[in-house]
Amino acid sequence: MATTTALPGSGVDTSAGPRPRGPRPGRVVAWICLVLILLVTLVPFYWMLRTAFSTNGVLSAEPGNLLPAGFTLDAFRRVFGLTTLEENLAQGGAGSALNFWVYLRNSVVVSTLITVGQITFSAMAAYAFSRLVWRGRNAVFALFLSALMVPGIFTAIPNFVLVKELGLLNTYAGIVLPTFFMTPFAIFFLRQFFLGIPREIEEAALIDGAGRARVFARIIVPMSSAPIMTLAVLTYIAAWNEYLWPLLVGQADNVRVLTVALGIFRSQTPNGTPDWSGLMAGTLVSALPIIVLFCVLGRRIVNSIGFSGIK
Amino acid sequence: MAVQTSALPSTRAGTRPSRKQRPRSDWRIALAFLVPAAIGLVVFYIWPALRGLYFSFTTYQVLTPPEWVGGENYSRMFDDPLFWNALWVTAYYVLLNIGIQTLVAIAIAVLLHRLTRSTVIRGIALLPYFVANVIIALVWFFMLDFQIGIVNVALDTIGLDRMAFFGDPALAIPTIALINVWRHMGYTALLLFAGMQMINPQLYEAARVDGASELRQFFSLTLPLLRPVLAMVLIVTITGSFQVFDTVAVTTGGGPANATRVLNMYIYDLAWGQLDFGYASALAVALFVLLFTIAFVQLRLMRAGESDEN
Repeated sequence: MATTTALPGSGVDTSAGPRPRGPRPGRVVAWICLVLILLVTLVPFYWMLRTAFSTNGVLSAEPGNLLPAGFTLDAFRRVFGLTTLEENLAQGGAGSALNFWVYLRNSVVVSTLITVGQITFSAMAAYAFSRLVWRGRNAVFALFLSALMVPGIFTAIPNFVLVKELGLLNTYAGIVLPTFFMTPFAIFFLRQFFLGIPREIEEAALIDGAGRARVFARIIVPMSSAPIMTLAVLTYIAAWNEYLWPLLVGQADNVRVLTVALGIFRSQTPNGTPDWSGLMAGTLVSALPIIVLFCVLGRRIVNSIGFSGIK
Repeated sequence: MAVQTSALPSTRAGTRPSRKQRPRSDWRIALAFLVPAAIGLVVFYIWPALRGLYFSFTTYQVLTPPEWVGGENYSRMFDDPLFWNALWVTAYYVLLNIGIQTLVAIAIAVLLHRLTRSTVIRGIALLPYFVANVIIALVWFFMLDFQIGIVNVALDTIGLDRMAFFGDPALAIPTIALINVWRHMGYTALLLFAGMQMINPQLYEAARVDGASELRQFFSLTLPLLRPVLAMVLIVTITGSFQVFDTVAVTTGGGPANATRVLNMYIYDLAWGQLDFGYASALAVALFVLLFTIAFVQLRLMRAGESDEN
């Protein structure tokens, strides 16, 4: 809850956390440890970058080269489908093209649909659970929360059967539907914020003759725009990174998302080894939108993490 | 909305506008607001949960309708060496993953707590958590490659033997566990860090006045006061860890020789590899029961811990 208040700005932190003053040897050692951990965190990202700019042939000859081995943009050209099949094979790539733009489009469509649907409907539900008075409210809320306990693979089997029965295999709808209406976490997250909005504001609007729908759309949602944005970003990232469900129901090329495509790309091994630089270029380009999103909205996400711990 | 307009005049007529009168019922409006979410809950959680339970008592190959066989799948499960193997492999993975991750995360959280409030540093720690499992798995798969992976090249350079991280049955699970430690340690650390920030700084002030060392402060203050948060974090990370799939699927695919065939991987293979949905469902039910039991026991332990302190 402490972080709830920290969300809007960053100046709230000042009271928290003890700070021993003055440079002491212990602090120097502690800083070295922290920097080492951060390095370990960042090195794989650098390695992905470095390999993406390498030439496959040179890469296998100088695997320890800390700079791109045989600097080239060929791997990106392969990923973006700018090379011919012969060029592909000559560069150590696979005999089939990676339809990157199609998969990118699919990831964008799927993640956007999930985010818009899930946030809208979860916000509505959260409103019913936080601001409206009705019998059985807590019991129904508990029912929603209990869905958090269900392991993904358990619902994946019957949901797959359902999607198949509805004829929605290999459609956007099939990929999107299970998380389109809500997740227990999204409802829980928004409910916490809605609970904190003062009653008086809502009551004034009601007395002025506004309906509940109007109060929700004109007062509650605008007043919660910061947490809603945070949740939207978290939802978008989660949808973008999802692997199992789109792997099950979205195998066809026209709906295949990036994560699934990368898994398939990895299992293609021309000449007995994977196309390493192409693979790293592919992962880099697939991770880039999320990394950019994270850099732009990082502060907000970081500050909300303590809150979302109940996830 | 009709409810609203009729409710308003009565509120005014009573002239006592607040507390007592509020228990008007908004249930019609609430229902309208809840419909989409309820569809999601019923169609994609409750109905599939019940259906999955039903499937677990049937032979179901997807192409023909399910056929009731009673507890056959469950008795088969008890005699299935692959199931016990999967259970063991998963437990081993969880033990390594959670054990190491929790220790590292506590260390990072303490470092952050005592050293800095920088959002940038926290952001860096958090970064791997937001990159897809698949991508993380692929990057490490490359870095740990036997021939040209940088880790093996480094081992070679300092005169040690190369290691077949994914090819050696003894190494495969520890490798996957460590990859996921790397991915999650920053996130877990930030959860614990948030918990530490809730501890009253004056306690540390007092401890320091009394001459308590940093180590002493950690064991006598931070750790005991962090226990509820730590318990919560453990429930979340353990239940998450039991469901490991993506990393295994894109690196070893369950091999070598079933060494990394974790429960989710085995269920996936049974259902979508062998189209044995009935038996796969039984295993999924077993996983569900297992996770539920763990969470339940942990919650009880946590409550017991709390009442201890009071």
